[in-house]
Amino acid sequence: MDLSFSLIGNAIVAGLLLGGFYAAVSVGVSISFGMLDVVNIAHPAFIILGSYIALTLNGLLGIDPIVCAVLISPAFFALGMIVYRAYYLCFEQRGRDALRGLAFFFGLLFITEVGLVLVFGVDYRTVNTPYSETAWHLGVLDFPLRLVVPFCVSVAVIFGLHQLLRRTFFGRAVLAVAQDPLALRLMGVNPTRIRELAFALSIATAGIAGSFLIIIQPVQPSIGREYIGLVFAVCVLGGMGSVYGTLAGAVILGLAETFTATFFGPSWAPAVSFGLLLCTLAVRPAGLFGR
Amino acid sequence: MSNRLFAAIAGVVAAAFIGLNAAVTNDYFFSAAYIVLLYVILSTAWNILGGYTGYVNFGTAGFFALGVYTSVVLFKAFKAPLPVMIVAGTLVAAVAGLGVGYLTLRLRGHFFAIATLALAVMLFTFVTNWDYAGGARGAYVIAPREAPFGFGHYIRYLYAVMVVLAAASIVVARAIEHSKLGRGLAAIRDDELAAECAGVPTLRLKLVSTTISGGMMGLAGTTFPLFISFIEPTSAFSLTYAVNAIAMPVIGGMNTWMGPLIGAVLLGTVQQLVQVTVSSAWNLLIVGVLLVLFVTMAPSGIMGWVRTRQHRRRAP
Repeated sequence: MDLSFSLIGNAIVAGLLLGGFYAAVSVGVSISFGMLDVVNIAHPAFIILGSYIALTLNGLLGIDPIVCAVLISPAFFALGMIVYRAYYLCFEQRGRDALRGLAFFFGLLFITEVGLVLVFGVDYRTVNTPYSETAWHLGVLDFPLRLVVPFCVSVAVIFGLHQLLRRTFFGRAVLAVAQDPLALRLMGVNPTRIRELAFALSIATAGIAGSFLIIIQPVQPSIGREYIGLVFAVCVLGGMGSVYGTLAGAVILGLAETFTATFFGPSWAPAVSFGLLLCTLAVRPAGLFGR
Repeated sequence: MSNRLFAAIAGVVAAAFIGLNAAVTNDYFFSAAYIVLLYVILSTAWNILGGYTGYVNFGTAGFFALGVYTSVVLFKAFKAPLPVMIVAGTLVAAVAGLGVGYLTLRLRGHFFAIATLALAVMLFTFVTNWDYAGGARGAYVIAPREAPFGFGHYIRYLYAVMVVLAAASIVVARAIEHSKLGRGLAAIRDDELAAECAGVPTLRLKLVSTTISGGMMGLAGTTFPLFISFIEPTSAFSLTYAVNAIAMPVIGGMNTWMGPLIGAVLLGTVQQLVQVTVSSAWNLLIVGVLLVLFVTMAPSGIMGWVRTRQHRRRAP
């Protein structure tokens, strides 16, 4: 009995901690897909790119991945602006169908992945931080710091994004651009500029999440694909484009994954997010917290 | 050109390709040609949904692997003959196509694309955990030593089978394109809401389209275990199939049966050459870069480019 309690307790703790991190992974897609209606299927590839940049900076200069996250986010912001510019010029401006936009992002995903394979090879890579090996203990519950640290920073990022989107003019403009671009134009705001900045923001979160990922688990170029299901599952579960909804969806998914891994074995875990996504789409496409 | 005439011409071309067996002595030619033909079927199948109907399928590898693993299981269970494998794998993948379509096609188009990707990863997880079909370790499917009908090496026999299947897929795709079904699908692609208002039974047509497309992708996979003889999940579900099945129609041109054929033959041959001479990672990078370049610069593909040139010549 004691054993099963510690098993379940630890699964809950790990699920919650993982969920916080998953929120940082998916919040970018909640912005790009949920608010801007840009199906950025390459988002996980940018996350893996962030992981490898954090890995390189850590290897060369010994910078902690959390600090790397702060350092690389402006670069990812700029990258996001470039990608959106290309997307806008080629697809949105010409009024082309979203189908080709999807193929465009799929191509980007593939190029990033193969590029990483060519530069870094297909081995699993990881970093060592002072807190990688230690854990806090509370009774039978373990709090591994390699999960606690990314969890805390992720929740802080989520909170900051929520405040940004709710309290500032820019944030309200982002929320408005999906609803009524014409009204926004009448307010003297350029909708394209707002969309560009919001998309850049979403890519910046990908860079941040990537730096956390390398603390949590070893990284290999093709693991990005497993996160495609995760980010869209969280985004749909959370009700598309709500920041706190993303956090809730991410925690649900984290719990579902750790329970599956604990009771059925880790090799089943990748099916959880996609299975949950398919179920949500079939039963309640508006998401758990959508209207 | 009527469908029957086209089918007859396709039959003659297929017979000519099978006739190469007598002329070409190098077995490698047939194994390279097999892969190109496999991509002809996959991209033709993708185009029925992607090009004709306007719905993107990222799960090509999943449907393909359904065909592959149906064959593996039938082979392990009863040493089933090749025709049985081909029919069974096609049916299984067609049912999967119908199921995914039924779950997601009532939603906006993006969700279908994401759901197909989800299907591929879920199937991958199931197969990895399914010990009977080899699990993560993989399974051996050893082709018989003697090929039937006096083909000599078994690769040559598989090549001939693949020529027939590819020709049949193209005939089916062209027949759809020129049928009432094809016009309905084109209406959905151009404006789904308007099509619905005009009385096109959109959901039903989309379901027919996903079923045919999924089944055809499974068809491409059914002979693959015998070709490769050792099959494991990572290779059967490789994202390479998905990206190629999208890149080839995009490069060739998406609205006609000819586009995927041109794209597959062109890109498939280039890939076979690069794979042998340079490396497989570079080969994949080339596909990705070509996909992005074509989709941004020449969205109507090679066929579209040819057509605009013809127009210009006619109306100076």
